[in-house]
Amino acid sequence: MPRMLPYLLLLPATAFLGLFFLYPFVQVAHDSVMRNGAYTLENFTRMAGHWKFSTAFWNTMLLAAVVVPIQLAMALTMASIVTKLQRGRSSILYIFAIPLGISDLAAGLIWLSVFEQSGFLNSLLVGLGVVDQPILLLGYQNTWVIFIAIVLAEVWRATAIMMVILVAGMGLIPKEYGEAADVFGASRWQKFRRVTLPMLKPSLQTALILRVILAFEVFAVVVALGGTQLPVLMSETYHWQFQMQERGVAAAFAMVILAVSVAFTILILRLLHVPKGARV
Amino acid sequence: MSETTTIRRAGNRVFIAGVALLILWVLLPIWLLFVNALSAPAEVTGFPKRIIPSFNLDSLSFFFGFSGVIDALWNSVKVASVTMILSIGVGAPAGYALSRFDFPGKEVFRFLVVMTRAFPLPLLALPLAVMFIRTGLDDTILGLALVHTTLALPFAVLITFSLFSGIPLELEEAAWTLGCNRVQAFTKVILPLAAPGIAASAVFAFVISWNEVFAAAVLTIENRTLTAFLLQSLDVSPLPLKFAGGAALVLPALFFIFAVRKYLFAMWGIANR
Repeated sequence: MPRMLPYLLLLPATAFLGLFFLYPFVQVAHDSVMRNGAYTLENFTRMAGHWKFSTAFWNTMLLAAVVVPIQLAMALTMASIVTKLQRGRSSILYIFAIPLGISDLAAGLIWLSVFEQSGFLNSLLVGLGVVDQPILLLGYQNTWVIFIAIVLAEVWRATAIMMVILVAGMGLIPKEYGEAADVFGASRWQKFRRVTLPMLKPSLQTALILRVILAFEVFAVVVALGGTQLPVLMSETYHWQFQMQERGVAAAFAMVILAVSVAFTILILRLLHVPKGARV
Repeated sequence: MSETTTIRRAGNRVFIAGVALLILWVLLPIWLLFVNALSAPAEVTGFPKRIIPSFNLDSLSFFFGFSGVIDALWNSVKVASVTMILSIGVGAPAGYALSRFDFPGKEVFRFLVVMTRAFPLPLLALPLAVMFIRTGLDDTILGLALVHTTLALPFAVLITFSLFSGIPLELEEAAWTLGCNRVQAFTKVILPLAAPGIAASAVFAFVISWNEVFAAAVLTIENRTLTAFLLQSLDVSPLPLKFAGGAALVLPALFFIFAVRKYLFAMWGIANR
Protein backbone atom coordinates (compact mmCIF):
# COMPACT_ATOMS: atom_id res chain seq x y z
CA MET A 1 0.00 0.00 0.00
CA PRO A 2 2.59 2.66 0.94
CA ARG A 3 4.41 1.97 -2.29
CA MET A 4 1.24 2.58 -4.27
CA LEU A 5 0.35 5.78 -2.40
CA PRO A 6 2.29 8.27 -4.56
CA TYR A 7 0.75 6.78 -7.70
CA LEU A 8 -2.72 6.98 -6.19
CA LEU A 9 -2.13 10.64 -5.37
CA LEU A 10 -0.85 11.37 -8.88
CA LEU A 11 -3.59 9.42 -10.61
CA PRO A 12 -6.27 12.17 -10.75
CA ALA A 13 -3.85 14.79 -12.08
CA THR A 14 -2.33 12.39 -14.63
CA ALA A 15 -5.74 11.24 -15.83
CA PHE A 16 -6.86 14.84 -16.07
CA LEU A 17 -3.86 15.96 -18.10
CA GLY A 18 -4.18 12.89 -20.31
CA LEU A 19 -7.82 13.54 -21.05
CA PHE A 20 -7.76 17.33 -21.34
CA PHE A 21 -4.20 18.04 -22.46
CA LEU A 22 -2.66 15.12 -24.38
CA TYR A 23 -5.81 13.83 -26.03
CA PRO A 24 -6.99 17.21 -27.39
CA PHE A 25 -3.57 17.83 -28.91
CA VAL A 26 -3.65 14.52 -30.71
CA GLN A 27 -7.19 15.34 -31.77
CA VAL A 28 -6.36 18.81 -33.11
CA ALA A 29 -3.45 17.36 -35.08
CA HIS A 30 -5.80 14.76 -36.47
CA ASP A 31 -8.48 17.35 -37.33
CA SER A 32 -5.94 19.43 -39.21
CA VAL A 33 -5.26 16.65 -41.75
CA MET A 34 -8.87 15.46 -41.96
CA ARG A 35 -11.51 16.73 -44.33
CA ASN A 36 -14.84 15.08 -45.14
CA GLY A 37 -13.65 11.88 -43.52
CA ALA A 38 -10.45 11.51 -45.53
CA TYR A 39 -6.81 12.35 -44.83
CA THR A 40 -5.72 15.36 -46.83
CA LEU A 41 -3.58 18.46 -46.68
CA GLU A 42 -6.39 20.59 -48.05
CA ASN A 43 -6.90 22.36 -44.71
CA PHE A 44 -3.34 23.60 -44.87
CA THR A 45 -3.52 24.62 -48.51
CA ARG A 46 -6.79 26.48 -47.87
CA MET A 47 -5.22 28.20 -44.89
CA ALA A 48 -2.02 29.16 -46.73
CA GLY A 49 -3.97 30.18 -49.80
CA HIS A 50 -6.13 32.67 -47.94
CA TRP A 51 -4.90 36.24 -48.45
CA LYS A 52 -4.97 36.99 -44.73
CA PHE A 53 -2.72 34.09 -43.71
CA SER A 54 0.70 35.55 -44.38
CA THR A 55 -0.37 38.93 -42.96
CA ALA A 56 -1.60 37.22 -39.80
CA PHE A 57 1.54 35.10 -39.56
CA TRP A 58 3.96 37.99 -39.97
CA ASN A 59 1.94 40.29 -37.72
CA THR A 60 2.17 37.68 -34.97
CA MET A 61 5.91 37.19 -35.48
CA LEU A 62 6.61 40.91 -35.68
CA LEU A 63 4.59 41.57 -32.53
CA ALA A 64 6.53 38.89 -30.65
CA ALA A 65 9.84 40.19 -32.03
CA VAL A 66 9.09 43.74 -30.85
CA VAL A 67 7.29 42.97 -27.59
CA VAL A 68 9.49 40.27 -26.06
CA PRO A 69 12.86 42.13 -26.15
CA ILE A 70 11.25 45.28 -24.66
CA GLN A 71 9.69 43.13 -21.96
CA LEU A 72 12.96 41.38 -21.25
CA ALA A 73 14.76 44.69 -20.77
CA MET A 74 11.97 46.11 -18.61
CA ALA A 75 11.59 42.94 -16.55
CA LEU A 76 15.35 42.87 -15.88
CA THR A 77 15.24 46.53 -14.83
CA MET A 78 12.23 46.01 -12.58
CA ALA A 79 13.68 42.84 -11.04
CA SER A 80 17.02 44.59 -10.35
CA ILE A 81 15.17 47.48 -8.70
CA VAL A 82 13.07 45.19 -6.53
CA THR A 83 16.13 43.15 -5.53
CA LYS A 84 18.08 46.27 -4.62
CA LEU A 85 15.34 47.99 -2.62
CA GLN A 86 15.64 48.07 1.13
CA ARG A 87 12.47 49.96 2.02
CA GLY A 88 9.05 49.50 0.48
CA ARG A 89 10.15 46.36 -1.31
CA SER A 90 6.93 44.42 -0.88
CA SER A 91 4.58 47.24 -1.81
CA ILE A 92 6.55 48.13 -4.93
CA LEU A 93 6.69 44.48 -5.86
CA TYR A 94 2.93 44.28 -5.45
CA ILE A 95 2.39 47.32 -7.69
CA PHE A 96 4.75 45.93 -10.34
CA ALA A 97 2.91 42.59 -10.19
CA ILE A 98 -0.62 44.01 -10.57
CA PRO A 99 -0.85 43.49 -14.36
CA LEU A 100 -0.20 39.79 -13.71
CA GLY A 101 -3.79 39.48 -12.53
CA ILE A 102 -5.36 41.46 -15.34
CA SER A 103 -7.05 39.77 -18.27
CA ASP A 104 -5.67 40.43 -21.74
CA LEU A 105 -9.13 41.60 -22.73
CA ALA A 106 -9.19 44.10 -19.87
CA ALA A 107 -5.68 45.25 -20.85
CA GLY A 108 -6.93 45.84 -24.39
CA LEU A 109 -9.85 47.89 -23.08
CA ILE A 110 -7.54 49.88 -20.78
CA TRP A 111 -5.39 50.93 -23.73
CA LEU A 112 -8.49 51.51 -25.83
CA SER A 113 -9.42 54.25 -23.36
CA VAL A 114 -6.09 55.88 -24.22
CA PHE A 115 -6.16 55.44 -27.98
CA GLU A 116 -9.85 55.77 -29.00
CA GLN A 117 -10.81 58.92 -30.83
CA SER A 118 -12.24 60.72 -27.79
CA GLY A 119 -9.61 59.13 -25.57
CA PHE A 120 -6.86 60.36 -23.31
CA LEU A 121 -4.09 60.51 -25.90
CA ASN A 122 -6.15 62.75 -28.16
CA SER A 123 -7.11 64.88 -25.16
CA LEU A 124 -3.42 65.30 -24.38
CA LEU A 125 -2.47 66.05 -27.99
CA VAL A 126 -5.20 68.69 -28.37
CA GLY A 127 -4.42 70.10 -24.93
CA LEU A 128 -0.77 70.54 -25.91
CA GLY A 129 -1.80 72.05 -29.22
CA VAL A 130 -0.12 69.33 -31.30
CA VAL A 131 -3.31 68.77 -33.27
CA ASP A 132 -6.38 71.01 -33.66
CA GLN A 133 -8.99 68.33 -33.17
CA PRO A 134 -9.05 64.67 -32.15
CA ILE A 135 -7.74 62.37 -34.85
CA LEU A 136 -8.81 58.80 -35.59
CA LEU A 137 -5.88 56.84 -34.20
CA LEU A 138 -7.08 53.26 -34.51
CA GLY A 139 -8.25 53.46 -38.12
CA TYR A 140 -7.36 51.26 -41.06
CA GLN A 141 -5.40 54.14 -42.66
CA ASN A 142 -2.69 53.85 -40.05
CA THR A 143 -2.40 50.28 -38.88
CA TRP A 144 1.02 51.14 -37.45
CA VAL A 145 -0.72 53.10 -34.67
CA ILE A 146 -2.82 50.02 -33.92
CA PHE A 147 0.42 48.04 -33.88
CA ILE A 148 2.03 50.46 -31.41
CA ALA A 149 -1.09 50.42 -29.23
CA ILE A 150 -0.99 46.60 -29.13
CA VAL A 151 2.73 46.63 -28.31
CA LEU A 152 2.14 49.06 -25.43
CA ALA A 153 -0.79 47.03 -24.10
CA GLU A 154 1.21 43.77 -24.30
CA VAL A 155 4.30 45.28 -22.70
CA TRP A 156 2.14 46.82 -19.99
CA ARG A 157 0.23 43.63 -19.28
CA ALA A 158 2.72 40.81 -19.54
CA THR A 159 6.04 42.21 -18.31
CA ALA A 160 5.03 41.39 -14.72
CA ILE A 161 5.12 37.64 -15.30
CA MET A 162 8.75 37.83 -16.48
CA MET A 163 9.65 40.15 -13.64
CA VAL A 164 8.32 37.78 -10.99
CA ILE A 165 10.29 34.86 -12.45
CA LEU A 166 13.46 36.96 -12.62
CA VAL A 167 13.06 38.30 -9.06
CA ALA A 168 12.74 34.71 -7.88
CA GLY A 169 15.84 33.80 -9.91
CA MET A 170 17.89 36.72 -8.55
CA GLY A 171 17.00 35.61 -5.03
CA LEU A 172 18.72 32.29 -5.75
CA ILE A 173 22.07 33.86 -6.67
CA PRO A 174 24.43 33.57 -3.67
CA LYS A 175 25.49 37.00 -2.30
CA GLU A 176 29.15 35.90 -2.24
CA TYR A 177 29.37 36.09 -6.03
CA GLY A 178 28.50 39.77 -6.07
CA GLU A 179 30.80 40.44 -3.11
CA ALA A 180 33.65 38.70 -4.90
CA ALA A 181 33.07 40.91 -7.93
CA ASP A 182 33.15 43.97 -5.63
CA VAL A 183 36.50 42.87 -4.24
CA PHE A 184 37.91 42.79 -7.76
CA GLY A 185 36.60 46.29 -8.36
CA ALA A 186 33.79 45.50 -10.76
CA SER A 187 31.43 48.33 -11.63
CA ARG A 188 27.68 47.91 -11.24
CA TRP A 189 27.25 47.29 -14.92
CA GLN A 190 30.10 44.76 -15.01
CA LYS A 191 28.58 42.99 -12.03
CA PHE A 192 25.21 42.81 -13.77
CA ARG A 193 26.71 41.73 -17.08
CA ARG A 194 29.27 39.21 -15.76
CA VAL A 195 27.68 37.83 -12.60
CA THR A 196 23.92 38.38 -12.49
CA LEU A 197 23.07 37.62 -16.13
CA PRO A 198 25.01 34.34 -16.43
CA MET A 199 23.71 33.16 -13.06
CA LEU A 200 20.21 34.09 -14.12
CA LYS A 201 20.22 31.85 -17.19
CA PRO A 202 17.78 29.20 -15.88
CA SER A 203 15.25 31.85 -14.90
CA LEU A 204 15.75 33.69 -18.17
CA GLN A 205 15.04 30.45 -19.94
CA THR A 206 11.77 29.89 -18.07
CA ALA A 207 10.71 33.50 -18.48
CA LEU A 208 11.49 33.67 -22.19
CA ILE A 209 9.80 30.39 -23.07
CA LEU A 210 6.67 31.36 -21.21
CA ARG A 211 6.57 34.86 -22.66
CA VAL A 212 7.33 33.88 -26.26
CA ILE A 213 4.58 31.26 -26.23
CA LEU A 214 2.11 33.72 -24.75
CA ALA A 215 3.18 36.25 -27.39
CA PHE A 216 2.21 33.82 -30.16
CA GLU A 217 -1.18 33.43 -28.46
CA VAL A 218 -1.91 37.15 -28.50
CA PHE A 219 -5.63 37.52 -29.13
CA ALA A 220 -7.97 39.61 -26.97
CA VAL A 221 -5.66 42.66 -26.88
CA VAL A 222 -5.54 42.67 -30.66
CA VAL A 223 -9.29 42.28 -31.05
CA ALA A 224 -10.05 44.95 -28.45
CA LEU A 225 -7.73 47.52 -30.04
CA GLY A 226 -7.84 46.69 -33.73
CA GLY A 227 -10.98 44.67 -34.33
CA THR A 228 -10.29 42.78 -37.54
CA GLN A 229 -7.94 45.42 -38.92
CA LEU A 230 -4.79 43.71 -37.72
CA PRO A 231 -5.17 39.96 -38.14
CA VAL A 232 -3.01 37.66 -36.00
CA LEU A 233 -2.84 33.85 -35.97
CA MET A 234 -5.09 33.43 -32.95
CA SER A 235 -7.80 35.79 -34.20
CA GLU A 236 -7.78 34.00 -37.57
CA THR A 237 -8.15 30.66 -35.76
CA TYR A 238 -11.16 32.08 -33.95
CA HIS A 239 -12.54 33.50 -37.19
CA TRP A 240 -12.30 30.18 -39.06
CA GLN A 241 -13.76 28.23 -36.16
CA PHE A 242 -16.71 30.57 -35.67
CA GLN A 243 -17.61 32.74 -38.62
CA MET A 244 -16.51 30.28 -41.32
CA GLN A 245 -17.44 27.11 -39.39
CA GLU A 246 -14.32 25.48 -40.88
CA ARG A 247 -12.95 23.44 -38.03
CA GLY A 248 -10.33 21.75 -40.16
CA VAL A 249 -8.77 25.04 -41.21
CA ALA A 250 -8.95 26.33 -37.63
CA ALA A 251 -7.09 23.16 -36.59
CA ALA A 252 -4.47 23.84 -39.26
CA PHE A 253 -3.97 27.32 -37.78
CA ALA A 254 -3.65 25.72 -34.36
CA MET A 255 -0.92 23.45 -35.72
CA VAL A 256 0.98 26.45 -37.07
CA ILE A 257 0.82 28.18 -33.67
CA LEU A 258 1.87 24.94 -32.01
CA ALA A 259 4.77 24.45 -34.44
CA VAL A 260 6.23 27.93 -33.92
CA SER A 261 5.77 27.58 -30.13
CA VAL A 262 7.64 24.28 -30.01
CA ALA A 263 10.33 25.53 -32.41
CA PHE A 264 11.01 28.60 -30.28
CA THR A 265 10.94 26.61 -27.05
CA ILE A 266 13.67 24.36 -28.42
CA LEU A 267 15.61 27.36 -29.76
CA ILE A 268 15.54 29.11 -26.37
CA LEU A 269 16.53 25.91 -24.58
CA ARG A 270 19.51 25.60 -26.92
CA LEU A 271 20.59 29.24 -26.78
CA LEU A 272 20.40 29.47 -23.00
CA HIS A 273 21.69 26.01 -22.30
CA VAL A 274 23.03 25.63 -18.76
CA PRO A 275 25.40 22.72 -18.23
CA LYS A 276 24.30 20.53 -15.33
CA GLY A 277 27.45 21.17 -13.30
CA ALA A 278 27.11 24.96 -13.60
CA ARG A 279 23.83 25.27 -11.73
CA VAL A 280 23.63 26.99 -8.35
CA MET B 1 35.44 62.04 -1.79
CA SER B 2 32.78 64.73 -2.08
CA GLU B 3 32.71 64.15 -5.81
CA THR B 4 31.81 60.49 -5.41
CA THR B 5 29.04 61.37 -2.93
CA THR B 6 27.53 63.82 -5.42
CA ILE B 7 27.67 61.15 -8.08
CA ARG B 8 26.09 58.67 -5.72
CA ARG B 9 23.39 61.16 -4.78
CA ALA B 10 22.66 61.89 -8.41
CA GLY B 11 22.55 58.14 -9.01
CA ASN B 12 20.08 57.72 -6.18
CA ARG B 13 17.89 60.44 -7.60
CA VAL B 14 17.87 58.76 -11.00
CA PHE B 15 17.03 55.48 -9.28
CA ILE B 16 14.10 56.97 -7.37
CA ALA B 17 12.85 58.75 -10.49
CA GLY B 18 13.03 55.46 -12.37
CA VAL B 19 11.03 53.65 -9.70
CA ALA B 20 8.42 56.43 -9.68
CA LEU B 21 8.17 56.33 -13.45
CA LEU B 22 7.64 52.57 -13.47
CA ILE B 23 4.97 52.82 -10.77
CA LEU B 24 3.23 55.49 -12.85
CA TRP B 25 3.51 53.30 -15.97
CA VAL B 26 1.72 50.45 -14.17
CA LEU B 27 -0.92 52.43 -12.30
CA LEU B 28 -1.86 55.27 -14.68
CA PRO B 29 -3.56 53.11 -17.35
CA ILE B 30 -5.68 51.40 -14.68
CA TRP B 31 -6.61 54.81 -13.30
CA LEU B 32 -7.67 55.98 -16.77
CA LEU B 33 -9.96 52.96 -17.16
CA PHE B 34 -11.59 53.71 -13.82
CA VAL B 35 -11.96 57.38 -14.76
CA ASN B 36 -14.03 56.23 -17.72
CA ALA B 37 -16.02 53.71 -15.70
CA LEU B 38 -16.87 56.34 -13.07
CA SER B 39 -17.97 59.02 -15.55
CA ALA B 40 -21.37 59.54 -17.14
CA PRO B 41 -21.83 57.96 -20.60
CA ALA B 42 -21.96 61.42 -22.21
CA GLU B 43 -18.57 62.23 -20.68
CA VAL B 44 -17.08 58.92 -21.80
CA THR B 45 -17.98 59.59 -25.43
CA GLY B 46 -17.33 63.33 -25.04
CA PHE B 47 -14.14 65.28 -25.67
CA PRO B 48 -11.77 66.31 -24.22
CA LYS B 49 -11.30 63.87 -21.39
CA ARG B 50 -10.58 64.90 -17.82
CA ILE B 51 -8.18 62.96 -15.66
CA ILE B 52 -10.50 63.10 -12.63
CA PRO B 53 -13.75 61.13 -12.84
CA SER B 54 -17.06 62.87 -12.08
CA PHE B 55 -18.04 59.90 -9.89
CA ASN B 56 -21.22 59.49 -11.85
CA LEU B 57 -22.52 55.92 -11.64
CA ASP B 58 -24.64 56.02 -14.81
CA SER B 59 -22.06 54.12 -16.91
CA LEU B 60 -21.87 51.35 -14.33
CA SER B 61 -25.64 51.10 -13.90
CA PHE B 62 -26.01 51.07 -17.69
CA PHE B 63 -23.51 48.20 -17.79
CA PHE B 64 -25.12 46.18 -15.00
CA GLY B 65 -28.58 46.81 -16.41
CA PHE B 66 -27.52 45.70 -19.90
CA SER B 67 -29.21 42.49 -20.98
CA GLY B 68 -27.04 39.47 -20.25
CA VAL B 69 -24.39 41.17 -18.13
CA ILE B 70 -25.54 39.91 -14.73
CA ASP B 71 -25.84 36.38 -16.12
CA ALA B 72 -22.37 36.59 -17.66
CA LEU B 73 -20.92 37.87 -14.40
CA TRP B 74 -22.57 35.06 -12.48
CA ASN B 75 -21.34 32.50 -15.04
CA SER B 76 -17.78 33.80 -14.66
CA VAL B 77 -18.00 33.38 -10.89
CA LYS B 78 -19.40 29.86 -11.26
CA VAL B 79 -16.82 28.70 -13.81
CA ALA B 80 -13.97 30.19 -11.77
CA SER B 81 -15.24 28.56 -8.56
CA VAL B 82 -15.50 25.13 -10.16
CA THR B 83 -12.03 25.62 -11.68
CA MET B 84 -10.69 26.54 -8.26
CA ILE B 85 -12.14 23.43 -6.59
CA LEU B 86 -11.09 21.08 -9.41
CA SER B 87 -7.53 22.33 -9.73
CA ILE B 88 -6.87 22.19 -5.98
CA GLY B 89 -8.68 18.86 -5.57
CA VAL B 90 -6.67 17.28 -8.37
CA GLY B 91 -3.45 19.29 -8.05
CA ALA B 92 -2.79 19.30 -4.31
CA PRO B 93 -2.53 15.50 -3.93
CA ALA B 94 -0.06 15.46 -6.82
CA GLY B 95 1.95 18.29 -5.24
CA TYR B 96 2.01 16.37 -1.97
CA ALA B 97 3.15 13.17 -3.67
CA LEU B 98 5.96 15.01 -5.48
CA SER B 99 7.21 16.60 -2.27
CA ARG B 100 7.09 13.50 -0.04
CA PHE B 101 7.96 10.47 -2.15
CA ASP B 102 10.69 9.30 -4.47
CA PHE B 103 9.31 6.85 -6.95
CA PRO B 104 9.90 5.68 -10.51
CA GLY B 105 8.00 7.86 -12.95
CA LYS B 106 8.26 11.02 -10.85
CA GLU B 107 10.33 12.79 -13.46
CA VAL B 108 7.93 11.75 -16.21
CA PHE B 109 5.06 13.36 -14.33
CA ARG B 110 7.03 16.54 -13.64
CA PHE B 111 7.94 16.70 -17.31
CA LEU B 112 4.26 16.36 -18.25
CA VAL B 113 3.37 19.25 -15.95
CA VAL B 114 6.19 21.49 -17.15
CA MET B 115 5.44 20.59 -20.77
CA THR B 116 1.94 22.05 -20.52
CA ARG B 117 3.64 25.44 -20.37
CA ALA B 118 5.35 24.96 -23.72
CA PHE B 119 2.00 24.59 -25.47
CA PRO B 120 -0.58 27.20 -26.37
CA LEU B 121 -3.27 25.81 -24.08
CA PRO B 122 -6.29 27.89 -25.15
CA LEU B 123 -6.15 26.02 -28.47
CA LEU B 124 -7.35 22.94 -26.56
CA ALA B 125 -10.80 24.45 -26.76
CA LEU B 126 -11.04 23.62 -30.48
CA PRO B 127 -11.02 19.79 -30.31
CA LEU B 128 -12.74 19.79 -26.93
CA ALA B 129 -15.70 21.66 -28.44
CA VAL B 130 -16.51 18.50 -30.42
CA MET B 131 -15.86 16.15 -27.53
CA PHE B 132 -18.16 18.25 -25.34
CA ILE B 133 -20.99 18.17 -27.89
CA ARG B 134 -20.76 14.37 -27.91
CA THR B 135 -20.83 14.14 -24.12
CA GLY B 136 -23.39 16.88 -23.52
CA LEU B 137 -20.85 19.16 -21.88
CA ASP B 138 -21.05 21.81 -24.59
CA ASP B 139 -22.01 25.28 -23.42
CA THR B 140 -21.98 24.21 -19.77
CA ILE B 141 -20.25 25.65 -16.73
CA LEU B 142 -18.51 22.34 -16.05
CA GLY B 143 -17.22 21.98 -19.61
CA LEU B 144 -15.49 25.35 -19.60
CA ALA B 145 -14.26 24.80 -16.04
CA LEU B 146 -12.56 21.57 -17.18
CA VAL B 147 -10.59 23.49 -19.82
CA HIS B 148 -9.70 26.23 -17.36
CA THR B 149 -8.56 23.58 -14.88
CA THR B 150 -6.07 22.38 -17.50
CA LEU B 151 -4.68 25.93 -17.49
CA ALA B 152 -4.62 26.20 -13.70
CA LEU B 153 -3.56 22.66 -12.79
CA PRO B 154 0.19 23.00 -13.52
CA PHE B 155 0.33 26.04 -11.24
CA ALA B 156 -1.66 24.27 -8.53
CA VAL B 157 0.73 21.29 -8.66
CA LEU B 158 3.87 23.44 -8.57
CA ILE B 159 2.66 25.79 -5.83
CA THR B 160 1.45 22.98 -3.55
CA PHE B 161 4.66 21.05 -4.29
CA SER B 162 6.78 23.95 -3.06
CA LEU B 163 4.44 24.47 -0.09
CA PHE B 164 4.61 20.89 1.12
CA SER B 165 8.37 20.80 0.48
CA GLY B 166 8.67 23.72 2.90
CA ILE B 167 7.04 21.77 5.73
CA PRO B 168 9.58 19.48 7.42
CA LEU B 169 8.88 15.77 7.13
CA GLU B 170 9.89 15.48 10.82
CA LEU B 171 6.62 17.13 11.86
CA GLU B 172 4.69 14.40 10.10
CA GLU B 173 6.93 11.68 11.53
CA ALA B 174 6.45 13.08 15.04
CA ALA B 175 2.68 12.84 14.56
CA TRP B 176 3.04 9.21 13.42
CA THR B 177 5.07 8.27 16.49
CA LEU B 178 2.40 9.90 18.65
CA GLY B 179 -0.15 7.50 17.22
CA CYS B 180 -1.60 9.37 14.26
CA ASN B 181 -2.10 7.42 11.07
CA ARG B 182 -1.09 8.91 7.75
CA VAL B 183 -4.43 10.64 7.11
CA GLN B 184 -4.68 12.03 10.63
CA ALA B 185 -1.13 13.32 10.52
CA PHE B 186 -1.92 15.06 7.28
CA THR B 187 -5.19 16.67 8.36
CA LYS B 188 -4.05 17.62 11.88
CA VAL B 189 -0.46 18.69 11.29
CA ILE B 190 0.27 19.41 7.64
CA LEU B 191 -3.03 20.85 6.47
CA PRO B 192 -3.24 23.68 9.03
CA LEU B 193 0.31 24.72 8.10
CA ALA B 194 -0.31 24.55 4.38
CA ALA B 195 -3.82 26.06 4.41
CA PRO B 196 -2.87 29.69 3.64
CA GLY B 197 -0.71 28.62 0.70
CA ILE B 198 -3.38 26.29 -0.62
CA ALA B 199 -5.88 29.14 -0.38
CA ALA B 200 -3.47 31.33 -2.36
CA SER B 201 -3.11 28.80 -5.13
CA ALA B 202 -6.92 28.42 -5.16
CA VAL B 203 -7.22 32.18 -5.63
CA PHE B 204 -4.67 31.98 -8.43
CA ALA B 205 -6.74 29.28 -10.15
CA PHE B 206 -9.78 31.53 -9.80
CA VAL B 207 -7.94 34.43 -11.45
CA ILE B 208 -6.76 32.29 -14.36
CA SER B 209 -10.31 31.22 -15.10
CA TRP B 210 -11.79 34.69 -14.48
CA ASN B 211 -9.42 36.23 -17.02
CA GLU B 212 -9.45 33.60 -19.75
CA VAL B 213 -10.92 34.79 -23.05
CA PHE B 214 -10.29 32.46 -25.99
CA ALA B 215 -11.56 29.13 -24.66
CA ALA B 216 -14.50 30.88 -22.99
CA ALA B 217 -15.48 32.50 -26.28
CA VAL B 218 -15.12 29.24 -28.21
CA LEU B 219 -16.91 26.95 -25.77
CA THR B 220 -19.87 29.00 -24.56
CA ILE B 221 -22.81 30.30 -26.53
CA GLU B 222 -25.79 30.74 -24.22
CA ASN B 223 -23.90 30.53 -20.93
CA ARG B 224 -21.24 33.09 -21.78
CA THR B 225 -18.77 34.27 -19.16
CA LEU B 226 -18.05 37.97 -18.73
CA THR B 227 -14.92 37.83 -20.91
CA ALA B 228 -16.75 35.95 -23.68
CA PHE B 229 -19.66 38.37 -23.45
CA LEU B 230 -17.42 41.44 -23.68
CA LEU B 231 -15.34 39.99 -26.52
CA GLN B 232 -18.31 39.03 -28.64
CA SER B 233 -20.06 42.36 -28.17
CA LEU B 234 -16.91 44.44 -28.80
CA ASP B 235 -17.87 45.62 -32.26
CA VAL B 236 -21.45 46.49 -31.30
CA SER B 237 -21.23 47.80 -27.76
CA PRO B 238 -20.88 51.53 -26.99
CA LEU B 239 -17.74 52.82 -25.25
CA PRO B 240 -19.26 53.27 -21.76
CA LEU B 241 -20.26 49.60 -21.79
CA LYS B 242 -16.76 48.48 -22.78
CA PHE B 243 -15.00 50.54 -20.13
CA ALA B 244 -17.44 49.66 -17.35
CA GLY B 245 -17.01 46.01 -18.38
CA GLY B 246 -13.24 46.36 -18.35
CA ALA B 247 -13.38 47.86 -14.87
CA ALA B 248 -15.61 45.01 -13.69
CA LEU B 249 -12.96 42.58 -14.95
CA VAL B 250 -10.04 44.45 -13.39
CA LEU B 251 -11.37 45.28 -9.92
CA PRO B 252 -11.53 41.70 -8.55
CA ALA B 253 -8.09 40.99 -10.06
CA LEU B 254 -6.55 43.79 -7.97
CA PHE B 255 -7.79 42.15 -4.77
CA PHE B 256 -6.79 38.67 -5.92
CA ILE B 257 -3.21 39.62 -6.64
CA PHE B 258 -3.05 41.43 -3.31
CA ALA B 259 -4.28 38.28 -1.56
CA VAL B 260 -1.67 36.00 -3.18
CA ARG B 261 1.26 38.45 -3.24
CA LYS B 262 3.29 36.42 -0.74
CA TYR B 263 3.04 33.31 -2.88
CA LEU B 264 3.88 34.84 -6.26
CA PHE B 265 7.36 33.35 -6.08
CA ALA B 266 6.38 29.88 -5.01
CA MET B 267 5.01 29.29 -8.50
CA TRP B 268 8.18 30.28 -10.28
CA GLY B 269 11.07 29.90 -7.89
CA ILE B 270 10.69 26.18 -7.96
CA ALA B 271 10.22 26.01 -11.72
CA ASN B 272 13.86 26.99 -12.22
CA ARG B 273 15.13 23.81 -10.70
